[in-house]
Order: sequence, then C-alpha cells, then structure tokens
Amino acid sequence: MLCQSCEKRQATTHIKTILNGELKEFNLCPECAAKLGYGSFFGNIGLDLNKLFGSFMDGFISEKSPKRCQCCGSSFEDIAKTGKVGCAECYNTFYEELLPSIQRIHGRTSHTGKLAHSAGTEVKIRSEISKYKAELEKAIKAQEFEKAAELRDRIKELEKSAENDHSASVSDSKGKE
Amino acid sequence: MTAKKYDTLKDVSDVVISTRIRFARNLKDYPFPCRLGNEKKCKVANIVKETVLDGHSAISDKFKYIQMSELTQEEAVSLVERHLVSPEFISDRQGRGLLLLDDESVSVMINEEDHIRIQVIKQNMDLNGAYELADKIDTLLDEQLNFAFNDKLGYLTQCPTNIGTGMRASLMMHLPALKESGAMGKISASLSKLGLAIRGTYGEGTEPRGAVYQLSNQVTLGISEQEAINNLRDIANQLITQERAARESLYKNINILDNIYRSYGILQYAKLMSNDECMKLLSNLRFGVEMGIFENIDISTINRLFIEIQPATLMKNIGKKLSPIERDGIRAELVRTALLQQKVPANRRLED
Repeated sequence: MLCQSCEKRQATTHIKTILNGELKEFNLCPECAAKLGYGSFFGNIGLDLNKLFGSFMDGFISEKSPKRCQCCGSSFEDIAKTGKVGCAECYNTFYEELLPSIQRIHGRTSHTGKLAHSAGTEVKIRSEISKYKAELEKAIKAQEFEKAAELRDRIKELEKSAENDHSASVSDSKGKE
Repeated sequence: MTAKKYDTLKDVSDVVISTRIRFARNLKDYPFPCRLGNEKKCKVANIVKETVLDGHSAISDKFKYIQMSELTQEEAVSLVERHLVSPEFISDRQGRGLLLLDDESVSVMINEEDHIRIQVIKQNMDLNGAYELADKIDTLLDEQLNFAFNDKLGYLTQCPTNIGTGMRASLMMHLPALKESGAMGKISASLSKLGLAIRGTYGEGTEPRGAVYQLSNQVTLGISEQEAINNLRDIANQLITQERAARESLYKNINILDNIYRSYGILQYAKLMSNDECMKLLSNLRFGVEMGIFENIDISTINRLFIEIQPATLMKNIGKKLSPIERDGIRAELVRTALLQQKVPANRRLED
C-alpha cells in the first residue's frame, strides 16, 4: 500500500483517529509519519491530530488555484497539504475555501466570546448589546423595572450607533470599490 | 463503605488532579511560526519577552525568560513532564522561548504552533480561577501586541481547529475505576459527539499513564469561553459521578483490593523501580486513598510524586545525568521516603 500523504513510498504506519466523532484511518510511510509528528523523542507523544487536519480538505486540492496570500505567499494547496494556515491574512484570502472545513470542525462559522483589541467597532457594540440584553432579562425576571427601563434605553442607543457604524462601513467599502 | 469525604461535588480532588486553561494567540503583523525563519522567530520571541518582562503589571517581575535552545535535553523534557510545555514544543527548540511564572502556575510558550500560547495551571478543579488569570494576562498582552483577530472567525490561529476563542480548557483526571471496568472507549466516543475529547496524560496523541486522562473542549468557534467552561464542568461532574459509582462497585472486589495493598507494599519496600512500574503502583495507591483505604496518605503527595518520579525531572532535581538503573534506585528511594513521612503524625512531619 502506498503512503496516503506522499503517494510515493510504501506505507508502514497505520493510524486510526476519531475526530469529531468521525473515524479516520491513515496509512503513512516512515518519512511522512515523522513529518506529521509520529516517532519523535517521546515515541507516541509527538502525535498531533491537528496536523491531520489537511485530510479534511482533500476534496479541494484538485482544483488548482494559482491564488496566493499577499502576506505570506501561501497557496491554498500549501495550506491543504500541511493543514497549516500561513498567516492571519490567509483567512481573508482563502475564506471561501476554508469555510467548509471550519464548518465541519466546529459545526459553526461565527465567533462568540472575547473580542480582541483590534475587533471592529460594530462587533464590539453588538457584543455589548447582547451583554445588556442578558442583564435586561435578569432584571425583568427579578421585577427590577427601573433597572430594566434603564437597560432598554441603553440597548436602543447602542443599536442606533451600531446601525450608524454599519452603514458607515458599508458606504466606506463602496467608496473603495 | 466509601469514605464520606468524597461524596459531594464540592471536593473532587479524589478524581481531578489539576485544571489547565490555554489561549492560542498570534501577532497580527507576522506570519504564523510555520512560515517564519529562525531570525524572524527570534524577533517575535523578543517582542513577546519584552512586552511581558517590561510590562508594568504586578506580575511582570515574577516571570523569567527561558531560551529553549539553551536548555539541556533533560531540562527540556522535564518541562513536558511538569506539563509546562507541550511535547511538540521541545521537538525543535530553535527560535522558541518560554516565559515562566516563579511558582510555575503560568507559562507562555513562544513560537509553538502559534506565536503565543498562554497557559495557566491550577491544582484540583478550578476552571474559573484559571480562566480569570489567563484572561487577565491575555488582555494585558493584547493591549500592546495587537493580536490577529477577525470579526467573523475570532482569534486566528495556525490550525483552524483552534480559531474562535483559541481557548482549550482541560482537566487532568484520575479514572482508575472507569478504566478497570473497560468503559473508557465508550466514554471517549460519546464525548467526541459533545465537542469534548478525553486523551492521554500528556495531551494529544499520548497514552494514559497510571489511569491519568485529560478531558478538554474541542470546539472553539461559535461558543463563548464561559459556555465552553460550563459545558466542560457539567461533563466533568458526570464523569466524576460515574467514576465514584464504579469505585463503589469495585470496593469489595478482592482482586482490586489485593492489587492496591500489594502496590502499597512494593512502593514502601522496593529498591529499584522503573518509571512505568512506579506510575502504575502510584496510580493504584491513589486509587486506595480515593476509596478511603489509606487515610494517612495525602493525595497531594501522590500528585507531586507523579511528576517527581519522571526520568528527566528526577535527573534535573539531582543535578546530573543518571543511568536507567541509577534512576530506578533513586526513584524507589524518593517514593519510600515520601511515604515514610506520611506515617509520622502530622505535627512531627518534616517540612518539604
């Protein structure tokens, strides 16, 4: 049997993994197995299932896209082969190509949770709104109506500024085109 | 009858050894480490190092910086044995750095798979405590370093399995009874459907040693940090309950009891002990303590021994290279002494 990674050498290592409930089996040659982290100093310990991520994207390698990331020079083929995204910009460049795999891994495609410093204003406002909405629900349940009214006003205000921000950024991007 | 000490979910130290929270972060302006040459890696390492050490926060002077390429092999492996870095991190140490808090509860790996991996470890189960500390450090660093972030995809990481929150929360758990009853395979399969994973002692791809497992969240996109933590806690509590029920049913099993008492005997009197044997025996001893059989032995002593008996840590603490047989001798002595101290009444116990 040939190695599934390089398709050149004889496969000698058989690997079974369960990733997101899906059983996957791989046959690898010693070189590719070492490259993927098998057989390091710790023997078994170096194994990194994340690195087999590339196998998720097999279907996409066939259509050769010459598109390369402006920042790090990776092509989508590079990413699919190694399972390693080259840089932050790659996620913009290859967003469409990456999305199906992301969906398969996480089951979802949009972030909720902590926001970085560099997050856009609209997202920051939206996250604040959902925080206040949760508080509002609590206040209503506790029959603290004064507090609830205050929260409702604040949410309205934020929603207005989010809309402004949204329309501003839309007209911004239109201007760029 | 099992000791009453462990029948609530308030104290779960009979099952949970430690808690870990890890954040994966990257600098916006540099390609991920897999796309960086040695020179650029060193530059990234320097930026992060200076940000932490020169930061004016209360903890910045408690960190020390370790250039990974300057360590001996034993020192590097010992970091893995102490769960401060991943096995992957020491496989190639060029251009990699580590920031370590003086009590070793916080480590920042630089240029592992991602530019920055912030990791907080707490003893026992303390998910909120570990998260709060990791969150604080993350916010401090983000203010100065500008992390790679996308409004839709959250924090961006080299491997898409980590995007979103970039957070991995994990609990190190001792599950001898579930292992003994052969339930681990089934548990592992059903956990993966819930977006969680249970793995070996040193994380991904490692074997469980001495029935020590790591339970962690897998999904990082579309679920907030707090939801992921709550989810993990709920499942952990179910596992704890299952493990305790399994212990209850094994409590009268003469084979199990025999195994536990024999292990205690060997640990007290052996003159040579391999790492594997020692892990197995300590695991059995912990099992005995967990079931209330040995009331004089402190669980934290066993937790400490789990790490101190590892080969590289053993040599690092002795301060020289040792042959396997020398290590086996010192290991046996280490365990013997520790257990002997446990027998002395508490008020006369030697301070370690």
